[in-house]
Amino acid sequence: MTIVTLRVNGASHEVDIDPATPLLYVLRNDLELRGPRFGCGLGQCGVCTIIVDGAAVRSCTIPASQVSGEITTLEGLSTNGMLDPLQQAWIDEQVPQCGYCQNGQIMTAKALLNQNPNPTDIEIRTGMEGALCRCMTYYRIQAAIKRVVQGAVVSATPETDQGADV
Amino acid sequence: MSKTLQLPKIIEDALLQANPSTSRRNFLKSSGALILSVGVNSIPGGKVLAQTTDSGPYTDPDFLQLDTWIVIHPDNTASFFVGKTDGGQGTGTAFRQMMCDELDIAYDKTNLVMGSTDTTPDQGGSGGSDGVERDGWPMRRVAAEARRVLLGLASDYLEIPITELVVSNAIITSNNDPSKIVTYAELIGGRTFNVSLTGENVNATSGVANVKPVSDLNVIGQSIQRYDIPAKVDGSLIWAVDVKLPGMVHARNVRPPLVGATLRSIDESSVADTPGLIRVVSRGNYVAVVCEREEQAISAARQLQVDWAAPSEAPFPASDDLFDYMRSATIAANSASDITGDPDSALEAAEHLIEAEYEVPYQGHTAIGPAHALADPSDGQMTIYSNDIKSYGLRRGVAKFLGIAKEQVRVIYMDGPQVYGRTAADDAGFEAAFLAHELGRPVRVQWMRDEETAWDTKGPAYTFKLRGGLDRQGKLVALEYAARAADYNHLGYNQADTVLIAQLMGIRPSEPAKGRSVTPSIKYAIANQRMTADIVSLPLIWGTPLRTGNLRDPNGPQVTFAFESFIDELAAVASADPVQFRLDLLTSSDEDDLLRRARSIATLNAAAESFGWETRPSPNPQISEPGSPFVTGRGLGYTFRNGTVVALIAEVEVNRTTGHIWVKRLVCGHDCGLVINPAGLSHTVECGILHGLSRALWEEVQFDTKKIKSVDWVSHPSLRHSDIPETIEIVQVNGDPNPDRPDLPHYGAGEASHKPVIAAVANAIYDATGVRLRRPPFRKERVLAAIHAQT
Repeated sequence: MTIVTLRVNGASHEVDIDPATPLLYVLRNDLELRGPRFGCGLGQCGVCTIIVDGAAVRSCTIPASQVSGEITTLEGLSTNGMLDPLQQAWIDEQVPQCGYCQNGQIMTAKALLNQNPNPTDIEIRTGMEGALCRCMTYYRIQAAIKRVVQGAVVSATPETDQGADV
Repeated sequence: MSKTLQLPKIIEDALLQANPSTSRRNFLKSSGALILSVGVNSIPGGKVLAQTTDSGPYTDPDFLQLDTWIVIHPDNTASFFVGKTDGGQGTGTAFRQMMCDELDIAYDKTNLVMGSTDTTPDQGGSGGSDGVERDGWPMRRVAAEARRVLLGLASDYLEIPITELVVSNAIITSNNDPSKIVTYAELIGGRTFNVSLTGENVNATSGVANVKPVSDLNVIGQSIQRYDIPAKVDGSLIWAVDVKLPGMVHARNVRPPLVGATLRSIDESSVADTPGLIRVVSRGNYVAVVCEREEQAISAARQLQVDWAAPSEAPFPASDDLFDYMRSATIAANSASDITGDPDSALEAAEHLIEAEYEVPYQGHTAIGPAHALADPSDGQMTIYSNDIKSYGLRRGVAKFLGIAKEQVRVIYMDGPQVYGRTAADDAGFEAAFLAHELGRPVRVQWMRDEETAWDTKGPAYTFKLRGGLDRQGKLVALEYAARAADYNHLGYNQADTVLIAQLMGIRPSEPAKGRSVTPSIKYAIANQRMTADIVSLPLIWGTPLRTGNLRDPNGPQVTFAFESFIDELAAVASADPVQFRLDLLTSSDEDDLLRRARSIATLNAAAESFGWETRPSPNPQISEPGSPFVTGRGLGYTFRNGTVVALIAEVEVNRTTGHIWVKRLVCGHDCGLVINPAGLSHTVECGILHGLSRALWEEVQFDTKKIKSVDWVSHPSLRHSDIPETIEIVQVNGDPNPDRPDLPHYGAGEASHKPVIAAVANAIYDATGVRLRRPPFRKERVLAAIHAQT
């Protein structure tokens, strides 16, 4: 076991883990974050996606000890208690069905827009290609991203507060 | 580990959508007494909760008590408790709308708890797209009954006859004197109704009150946003995968590497140095490792050396040989045989005799999140946190499997990945409970990706042979349909003797439950027809990953693909327009089917009109641009499922050089009677169609004679962002085309729109290319081979 320091959503955390532990399990089980979820463990589906220094990273395959940058998870997207425009667009378009993959969809879209704030329809499809959804909410995901690109989103929803302790 | 069996506060918060009101059970136990109960909107942040300790036994909530379904809080809000689950189709929101309308309370003054076996009445969980269609009725009736009781109480309280009272948003006033006013809360807030209901089963549950006529419904019909979505996009929702308990440990399964293999021995020394190892558990051919941490369990499961004896016979043919095997296999069971008129003579006398065979491979659920559950054996009880859609069945099944009373078991239903029928969530729930029972501490289990894709239950593979006879005018005079489904030993839900862990342990019923092989549910009038549907078995019946179980409209996509493709083939031979050919088949004087046919015609016409359907036969005579590999076409699939009609039109673009298919546009005519939430309905229909598109273009379980080869998203592709149409239009027909008839009831949605997709796409490919594809998925290699075979 090794002490690994992670910077997550603006805070610093030290965890005592096997350094080969995929970051996903540290985020979920040690830091008790719920955004990134297990989907494949192979980097194929995107359900576990987080953002490290602005770029999308699959947390299920990267060892926690190899991540030195600033990590943002779904929980860290909101600012001053208000949702990120992407999250608001997801509500406006009523995107999720089951919702299990939507962390991957939102975080992949966030990284896409970080890199390219005005993607074309084709660039949205290409940029989102690796984020799978088995409920098949793709059509509305693309509509929600286009809303943000067009600047048609006004964040009006405070993030949900479920911060009670177990 | 937890010594008292207390539902974690955060979990109960989650069940109440972060609006904790009161402990459900304590509330009910305080029968008649005024207890401190706080309403759904009164607690900022939802951090306060009444005591929830409850160590069982867990008796069945009594569906014949009004208090089981509805609680009115002192702040004039209400909580509803229903025995359903919501896989994300918005049924929870729809149920709330239905109950709000009957109770006369504003939607945002209510919340809803679903599918947890000790707090909600057993409505069986979900399945069959029947939540709104069937289970919505008792919800409406009990809410109407609560309103009736409240009016009676108000009448006594205000000393005004009921006939002079009006209700709006949980406030009752006098017709004549607005100063005479009383709220629901003042009448009963925080106290129980103590009103008995009647009904021989939960579906028949009713009070004395009648439900409202459609003209009086206000909340129903509104596109209210789903209450569950905000917490799903900001990361705050607590899912079944998120529950953490003190002392909880992690398990992973170790499956036989060869199908049908038997366990000889386990070399536990192979994991002896694995950090955090707690135990290797095995019984029969079921093997699991349990570790302190999740990643440790994953490593240990991979590292464990197990000696397996290969089976003496191949468990199944390779997937490439499956259909030949099925066609030559001995019939194991018959599912349907139906003759109308004299098909033999009519086929013989026909001017044109058309024959075609179709095949559909095994397809799987392959949930985006592999199956999982957490089981807590504290205090000698068993609490299972699960997204299983049939939580009540999981409870009964686990009790039987463990040999304990069902009152010792409860299932807390929580959100999870998509579940369309009998998924591996059943299996994971049993595994977690078994391991927790063995270890005496909370155990969380989750399947790995290869396990989920290979071992989840499958929709049955099918072969079809169809023959049709047209007369000189191109009219269909005779039809013969013969189907074979590889559906012997079709798994039920949560059965203690058929779940995977039981099968691997060697536990099984005396004989397999034969599945179904079905005939089309369309409403065409065909004078002479023979419909047969048989079932065949694969060599290995038990402990196989090709276990069949209900997968979203279990036989519909297969059967509708074959039948609606064949109708299209007949139309082409008759040189008839595919829409008109179907409309001509939908004429009949049969009174019983008149409404169904009339609704079918209205739905087909609505889809065709919205699409801008040009009347002409297929294939499309349009020639592509010189030098362009692209050709386009349109195709139709029609179906009737229970009370719901769907007519789906797909426009496809085919690249004749690569074989790549892109469905550019989808137009769906949809009639499911009374619509509860139009936006929610459209979203569910849209996702149902696109799931069907994934099965049309990509999905197929592949295997050799030893194992499943489809194990991840590369070897088992699914629909992706680039496959999505430019436009999807859902045309809600919703209603009886005859204005003189009474309002239609609310039928189901979800599965119906999933059903005709493969057929619509195949018919569109034919329209574009003149090439008929008779076996999905339509991956580019198959399309290209068919194009080359034609030229």
